[in-house]
Amino acid sequence: MSDASPLLPAEDARDGALVFVVSALCFLACLAVVAALAASRAAGGWSAELRNSATVIVRPGAEESADAAAARAAEALAAVRGVGEVDALDRGKAEALLEPWLGKNGLPDDLTIPRLVAVDLDPHHPATAAELDRALKAANVDATVDDHTLWLKDILRAGLMAQAAAIGVAALIAAAAGAVIVFATRAGLKAREELVGVLHLCGAEDRYIAALFQARFARLAASAGAIGAVSAALGMAIVRLIGGGDGVTPALPVAWSDLLPLVLCPLAAGLIAAVAARATALSLLRRMT
Amino acid sequence: MPEPALEVARPSVRFDDVSLAYGEGPPVLSDLSFELEPGSFHFLTGASGAGKTTLLKLIHMSLAPSAGAIQLFGRDTARLSREEIPPLRRRIGMVFHDRRLLDHLNAFENVALPLRLAGRKVASYRADVMELLGWVGLAEKVDAYPLALSGGEQQRLAIARAVVGQPELLIADEPTGDVDHEMAVRILRLFVELNRLGATVLIATHDRDLVARSGKPVFNLAGGALTRQAA
Repeated sequence: MSDASPLLPAEDARDGALVFVVSALCFLACLAVVAALAASRAAGGWSAELRNSATVIVRPGAEESADAAAARAAEALAAVRGVGEVDALDRGKAEALLEPWLGKNGLPDDLTIPRLVAVDLDPHHPATAAELDRALKAANVDATVDDHTLWLKDILRAGLMAQAAAIGVAALIAAAAGAVIVFATRAGLKAREELVGVLHLCGAEDRYIAALFQARFARLAASAGAIGAVSAALGMAIVRLIGGGDGVTPALPVAWSDLLPLVLCPLAAGLIAAVAARATALSLLRRMT
Repeated sequence: MPEPALEVARPSVRFDDVSLAYGEGPPVLSDLSFELEPGSFHFLTGASGAGKTTLLKLIHMSLAPSAGAIQLFGRDTARLSREEIPPLRRRIGMVFHDRRLLDHLNAFENVALPLRLAGRKVASYRADVMELLGWVGLAEKVDAYPLALSGGEQQRLAIARAVVGQPELLIADEPTGDVDHEMAVRILRLFVELNRLGATVLIATHDRDLVARSGKPVFNLAGGALTRQAA
């Protein structure tokens, strides 16, 4: 003998299908969250690399060899405060950089190739492009400083877009999960109209009955959320183990810490379900006598 | 809990020119006016289809009248907000003709339902529920589910559920229809005991013997109109 039986029958044929659908949605939402984190990290890594370096294009004068001009530029740049290492690339390295576009045999010997000087900047107090430019002008070197600002903006924008897209997908999935719970609550109330009627006639308030549906669907969604999160975590763990720090692609590097936010999935799923079920149940109950 | 300071002198139930028709059909009840004084005991008789169940549903606020006004414990039911109805219903015990038991709850849980909905803890009512189940002859069926009980046992379970909260107003629709004579007498004694404790009782029945045995006043419904017969 007990008085602990739930007022809503414990098992329902629809529960299995609902758990499957919500689990699948949670799985996809978790993947989207991990993708957002990975995209953010990738963009951050690339922008840090670009922010801490600059490329100087040296145009040798008529009376000076390209190697000599590059060496002078390197010397001038190395003296600037906020500059770490400076590397004047020789013709071979410059040609290697152009090889993907022009091919191995694409460069005539008499073609003047601008020399490049790669500059590593102090990550804490990097020299600005203007400072580098001033130093080159002072050394009377004809050169252009590329501090990667243009690329940096593009990469940051691409990273932000990827992040926004992933967050948007996660939000859309959360909304879809909410809608599924709304339909399930409607179906549940319809299927248990008689039971709800008895509870009403015995003096139950709408909010008490709504709380029964709220608790039921919150529990169900939290379980489904746990299944989805664990599945996504397993999938991502496999990707991390196979692909290392780069995951499946350097564009989306997976870190173990990316899996941590997934522990919130059951809570989020439960919360969304609770709100959706309560609002739906209260709305429907108010139409019942 | 009741608020006796304001309501003690008011009738438990008051109908003023109440009529009810289902949809566009003819009126089932026409211009009914009557009062049930607090602590009174009445039977409601009438042929099948006379409107007894409809009248009880009006009292229980399961239906709203097409015309007229109904007061429960001094409150005009038409003016009640949705939130005010459940507390009022908890002051009423209702035995439904179709019992309306919950099949997934056992006998104990079905009887305890109104107490559970009122927020009471099981420890506070376990003994009362067990005693009541014994009174209606279901002491051995505490853990049984409604579908495993006979029609008569289900009816007794529904009666136990209606009276468990010691309601101020008990309304019962054919409460002895499916029980033997001995159990009918026993149930009547339960109602009389509840009435002795202050509850207003209205019982719709076809059981002429029960009515005659009780010696209580009778309302008779016929042709949509209500007539009162003395005890």
